[in-house]
Amino acid sequence: MSAVLADMPKGDMSKTVAPATTKAIAPSMGGRPWTFYVLATLFAAYVIALYGPMFCIYILSFQDIRGGLVFPMKGHSLHWFVDLFTQVRTGDVKGSFDRSIKLAIIVTIITVVVSFLAGLGFRKRFRGDTFVFYMMIGSLVAPGLVLGLGTGLLFQALGLNASWYTSALGAQLSWTLPFGVLVMFAVMSRFNHVWEEAAYDLGASRWQSIRLVMIPVLAPGLVAVALFGFTLSYDEFARSLQTAGSMNTLPLEIWSMTLNVTSPSLYALGTVTTIVSFVVIGASLGTIVLIQKRRGSATKG
Amino acid sequence: MKSDRGDIELAGVCKSFDGATYVVDGVNLKIADGAYCCFIGPSGCGKTTILRMIAGHDDPTAGEIVIGGQNVVGLAPVQRRTAMMFQSYALFPHLTVRENIAFALRVRGQSKSDRLRAADAMIEKVRLTQFADRLPAQLSGGQQQRVALARAAITEPRVLLLDEPLSALDEQLRVQMRQELRRMQQELGITFIHVTHTQLEAIALADLVVVMEQGKIKQAGPAREVYAHPHDRYVAEFMGGQNVLSGRVEKVNGASFTLARAAPDGIEVPLRPRSAVSVGDKVDIAVRRDDVALVRPGRDLPPGCTTSLPSRVLAIEYQGYFVKVMLDTVPDDEFVAYVPEKTFFADPFAVGDVVMATWATGSALPLA
Repeated sequence: MSAVLADMPKGDMSKTVAPATTKAIAPSMGGRPWTFYVLATLFAAYVIALYGPMFCIYILSFQDIRGGLVFPMKGHSLHWFVDLFTQVRTGDVKGSFDRSIKLAIIVTIITVVVSFLAGLGFRKRFRGDTFVFYMMIGSLVAPGLVLGLGTGLLFQALGLNASWYTSALGAQLSWTLPFGVLVMFAVMSRFNHVWEEAAYDLGASRWQSIRLVMIPVLAPGLVAVALFGFTLSYDEFARSLQTAGSMNTLPLEIWSMTLNVTSPSLYALGTVTTIVSFVVIGASLGTIVLIQKRRGSATKG
Repeated sequence: MKSDRGDIELAGVCKSFDGATYVVDGVNLKIADGAYCCFIGPSGCGKTTILRMIAGHDDPTAGEIVIGGQNVVGLAPVQRRTAMMFQSYALFPHLTVRENIAFALRVRGQSKSDRLRAADAMIEKVRLTQFADRLPAQLSGGQQQRVALARAAITEPRVLLLDEPLSALDEQLRVQMRQELRRMQQELGITFIHVTHTQLEAIALADLVVVMEQGKIKQAGPAREVYAHPHDRYVAEFMGGQNVLSGRVEKVNGASFTLARAAPDGIEVPLRPRSAVSVGDKVDIAVRRDDVALVRPGRDLPPGCTTSLPSRVLAIEYQGYFVKVMLDTVPDDEFVAYVPEKTFFADPFAVGDVVMATWATGSALPLA
């Protein structure tokens, strides 16, 4: 994952075009070929299509008390944010938010640990490894709603109560684990196993070699797996629908609000959850950058 | 009882990864304490596997590996007191030069101040003081090699194992680092075992050169012996510098025999001491490329030369202090003369010229 981030082109697009090519396509305006403007327009349209709907929600969430569900905008205030956390009629937003965060953290921890162990296990080929791999990936193909429904039914058949920290946790892991393992495989493929051998040669125990060599080298990749686990869990809907039991997670709460809440506090909720997502993603990327920067700047010390 | 001696004995060492084919097939070898030993052979000949078995990264399928009088099979590298320098150095990318070198002391539980002091002393020894806080990725190939050497040496091994240590470097640096390896070996006074596929590297460095083919040792001996007196065709061709000819024995005459060839009078070859050939045997002989003299047809042969083979010049390469002349003396096989530069340019040949290739009779070497 770190590699993907590092490989992303930096700077403006014109730099990625070789000078010779720029001249060849020539009828240029200010040094850029006409293809630049076509592609830039296409990209702008894409960005608007991607973020436009979300920005409608964000903007409308800042209306004052007269606010409605559609444009035009009526005044501006933080009224609906306050309403969101104080009014009971909008549902248990705070409770579901807490549950979603806790669930996402548990899912993240399990995903990182299991993916890392799977990555270790798959370093060497073993009997039935392909079978195990396809079994792991299989649940990615299963439709989420059906899988969630099945999990709910199974819990009922076993006489267990469905709840967010049991059945919903399991249903979400069926989604985050295969993803985590796939990312981990990509990360592990960049790990040179001679490093392990060198550690062994220098007298490190298995555990020391994992702790002092593997984990630090793979750290950016592990952060990426964690980020996947967290975000996939935090906004998981299909698999949680039939498995969360009586207490809703945040996506379920939002969904039920769309059915019975007719005020901009629904939009306020959208804004708040987006901010949380951005904070989490920002923190993860920041951690990766920090790890790499610390490695890079060790020279100047 | 632990010994500080780094002499190694391999006794009947075999290694098979699949149970059917042997990568290393019954190797017996003694390496003296403090020797610089080079294993040389083409890729897949088992030389790296032998190194890894001595290092403790692979276990032999059969046989014993004795270091300093102690059978070390089954022991971890640290217990063997061996250290390995990996082919691409395998430096830990997240640790600085100092931390890389101190790693072995860290896993032994030495305190931070102790191990960093020891590492700094070692860093000074390999002349990397100004790079101590850099990461491996910020070093040149030669500097990386020094870090790898220091990281291995800090464990105070009896034996240092080097897996193609110079292959990652460019030509000029290779010669320089080669000298540095030799200097470090003398400074540390321990046994070095070095795997390579470069003949020049092996004969320049080693006290003991071990030539391998398909899991077996073909010849082991001092560099000069292996180069100048190869046992058989394989060693002669692999070490280079020799022309190999084959033919049937026509006549045995006391201390020498005559090999039937295209040459009018055959080729006269001195017998090896304590060896016998009989008429009709198929025999390979080697003639050093720098022993071959080229004479224009009709001229007198230099003194001591009884054999002369008419040949056509196929190609000429100027090599600086000598000229490499390729001839068609032997059908389907290389025959090359290394002519000293001054001799060549006194009366230069051109491609297509007919010459007589000749050598002093005593310099022809029968091969096993």
